[in-house]
Amino acid sequence: MGAASDPSTWVAQHGDALYRYALMKMRDPSQAEDMVQETFLAALKARERFSGQSSEKTWLIGILKHKIIDHFRKHKREQNSDDIEALREQLDQQFDHSGHWKEPLSHWQAPDQAYENREFWQVFSACIAHLPERLADLFILREIKGLSSNEICKLLDISTTNNMWVMLSRGRMRLRNCLDSHWFNRDRDKQNPEAG
Amino acid sequence: MLSCKAIGELLSQKLDRRLSLRERLRLKFHLLICKTCRCYEKQLKFIAHAVQRLMQSSDGAGMPPLSEEAGRRINRNIRQQLNEENSKEPRRRL
Repeated sequence: MGAASDPSTWVAQHGDALYRYALMKMRDPSQAEDMVQETFLAALKARERFSGQSSEKTWLIGILKHKIIDHFRKHKREQNSDDIEALREQLDQQFDHSGHWKEPLSHWQAPDQAYENREFWQVFSACIAHLPERLADLFILREIKGLSSNEICKLLDISTTNNMWVMLSRGRMRLRNCLDSHWFNRDRDKQNPEAG
Repeated sequence: MLSCKAIGELLSQKLDRRLSLRERLRLKFHLLICKTCRCYEKQLKFIAHAVQRLMQSSDGAGMPPLSEEAGRRINRNIRQQLNEENSKEPRRRL
C-alpha cells in the first residue's frame, strides 16, 4: 500500500502540523503559510512517487524541509553584523577587564520542570525571536536534520565553522540571560527592588 | 590560567565539537575552582537541550494552527492544480 491519501483532505489532515513546523523555522506567519502551500503543491506533483514507506506526514514534512532550506538559500537575510557586534559588546559587560565574571550567576531552581510548562516555551520562543536575526536562523537551521555545518555556513554567509561556534556561544549566553531575567529569576527584581 | 570568558566560550563549543586534550584539561582545572563557571555550564546545557526540544516538537511551544482563511486558500489552489491535471490527461483516481 503506497498510495497517498486524497489531496483534497491534506489541509485538514496535515495543515496544522506543517504550519507549526514552518512557523517555528520561518518565524513569520505569512511566509510559513506560503511554505505550507508550496509543500502541498509539490507533493501533489510527486504523489505517485510516494512509496508509503514512511507516513504521509513524515513524507510531507520532508518536502517542507527542502522548501524551507531553499527559501533560506534564495533569500539570504540582510547581513546584520552590527546587531551581532552590539550583542558581543553587551555580553562582554558581564566580565571584568581580566575576563572574570563580575557577578556570580544566580542558580536556576529545578530547570527541568520548566519543560512541562507551556508558558515557559512561550518565553523561550520569545527569547529566540529577540536574538539578532542571523543568530536565530543559525539555531533553527542547526536543528534541521541532514544539514551539515558547511551548508549552514554557506546559507548564512558565515565565513568559517569556527565563526559559527563563536556565534552559537554568544547566542546561548544571550538566551541564558533572557531566560534568567524572564523566567528563572523573574521575581528577583520585584522581591528586592534595591537589587536592580 | 584561562579567564572565565574564555572558559565560557569553550563550554559552549564543547556542545558543538570535540575539544582537544589540552582544552579539556584546562576546562577541568578551571571548573574545579570556579563555581560560577560550573553554574554556567549547567545552564548552557539546559539551553542547548531546550533549543533542541523546541525545534523538534511540532505542536509544543503553543504555536498557533493554520488559520482557516489560509487553509481555504491553500485548498483552493490544490483543487485548481488537480483540475488542471485532470483536464490535461485522464489519470487513475487515487
